[in-house]
Amino acid sequence: MSRALELSRVEFAYPDGRVALRGVDLVVDRGERVAILGPNGAGKTTLALHLNGIFRATGGRISVAGMELTDTNLREIRGMVGLVFQDPNDQLFMPSVREDVAFGPANMGLSGEELDNCVSAALELVDGTEFADRPPHHLSGGEKRRAALATVLAMEPEIVVFDEPSSGLDPAGRRDLISTLHTLRMTQLVITHDVSLALELCPRSVIMNEGQVVADGKTSELLADATLLAENRLELPFGLSIG
Amino acid sequence: MGAGHAHALYVHEHSPFHRLVPEVKIAAAVGMITCVAITPRQEVWAFALYAVIVMVLITISRVSPLFVLARLAAVAPFVVFALFIPFIGTGDTTTLWGIELSIDGLWATWNIIIKAVLGASISIVLTATTEVPDIIRGLGVLRVPALFTSIATFMIRYLELITEELGRMRVAMTARGYDPRWLYQARPIATSAGAMFVRSYERGERIHSAMLARGFTGEMPIFDRRRAGPVEWASAALLVSVFAVVALLAFTTS
Repeated sequence: MSRALELSRVEFAYPDGRVALRGVDLVVDRGERVAILGPNGAGKTTLALHLNGIFRATGGRISVAGMELTDTNLREIRGMVGLVFQDPNDQLFMPSVREDVAFGPANMGLSGEELDNCVSAALELVDGTEFADRPPHHLSGGEKRRAALATVLAMEPEIVVFDEPSSGLDPAGRRDLISTLHTLRMTQLVITHDVSLALELCPRSVIMNEGQVVADGKTSELLADATLLAENRLELPFGLSIG
Repeated sequence: MGAGHAHALYVHEHSPFHRLVPEVKIAAAVGMITCVAITPRQEVWAFALYAVIVMVLITISRVSPLFVLARLAAVAPFVVFALFIPFIGTGDTTTLWGIELSIDGLWATWNIIIKAVLGASISIVLTATTEVPDIIRGLGVLRVPALFTSIATFMIRYLELITEELGRMRVAMTARGYDPRWLYQARPIATSAGAMFVRSYERGERIHSAMLARGFTGEMPIFDRRRAGPVEWASAALLVSVFAVVALLAFTTS
């Protein structure tokens, strides 16, 4: 299997000196769906923002599909790695959902019929054709989440990184999201502290804490290790046990 | 729900004006308002004629006259200010109900009120038949710099969100026993305004990240949409010409 993503000793410190990543190593194969688990402040979102070059690592190396992330291929990499942000309101900034979905592909140079087709296809993938012409602030939480996903899918990325995709969703919205993610064939990284989401979606999980990868393995095995979970401020939902 | 904010000015209808391409409506409105503004104040007949045309426009737009009247409240501050002018104006005076009033001042009052009311009515028809994002797109087509239209787009998109956040902050204050009503209680309001500023700034940064993640390079993409045809431009030109002819006649007779 070829590699979708390769991170080696990635380090990052915020301008105020706070160190967020302390040498992250991670290899993800093409087509894998990996959960990134960890407590608040573990560096999960910071890591996500590195994957398409919004934050630039202060040390280490990041490669996407065998291509090392540099200033010259930033545009190409941003076309390959899609980020679905935690708050859909940050992702939906255009006057209508359709224009929002078109924003990315238009930046990549698509126009006319080609752009229209790409937008329609992305909206269909998330079952969002009916709210295409509505302004984002008139959508429900679940619809916003799907619209935000469509904005990323329209760019036909090879890797999609989801930041807390289930936060703020009601059980039915969460169920819809899980089934949508199941239908997507590309490599997926799901950042979450919702361990049951990880268990349901991702065969493999990575646990991060204090800017480092502390465990990497089969989700069911990691989640069966009560000590590991406790050390990393994670826990299984009440009544759920694995083992 | 706060959904009304961005569209408080818009009236959902299916009139010919609703179907008209935004840039045509904007150009026509600006043209008409300019004609009204330059018409000499003493040519009362010209203003009567404008008023009739504006009423016809309101009827065609299927916007309720009551809606227009309610929206006209926006010009109230100007009207109140204008009402003082006859009392403080100089020059020849006339006596009305035993009060001495400046004739020039009365004309000035008339001038401000009639032009404000006509201008505002035209704008109300425009905004009642055009959704705000469409007005911004129309301005873009009319070559208003992209920087302004982008700022307006973001402002409208996030105004509602910020208002909601402010509402939540107020609820949080009230829930903890603080219900500011008087000026001396302004401090927490000022503090929350500061907090709002920081929150909005941080949101701005997150939005910028989301834009960069989708390949934003500093210029907003322009999407294809229906452009105005010659008939639409011609109808707008005709409307503005009627106003222009009235203005011109008013000039020659004054």
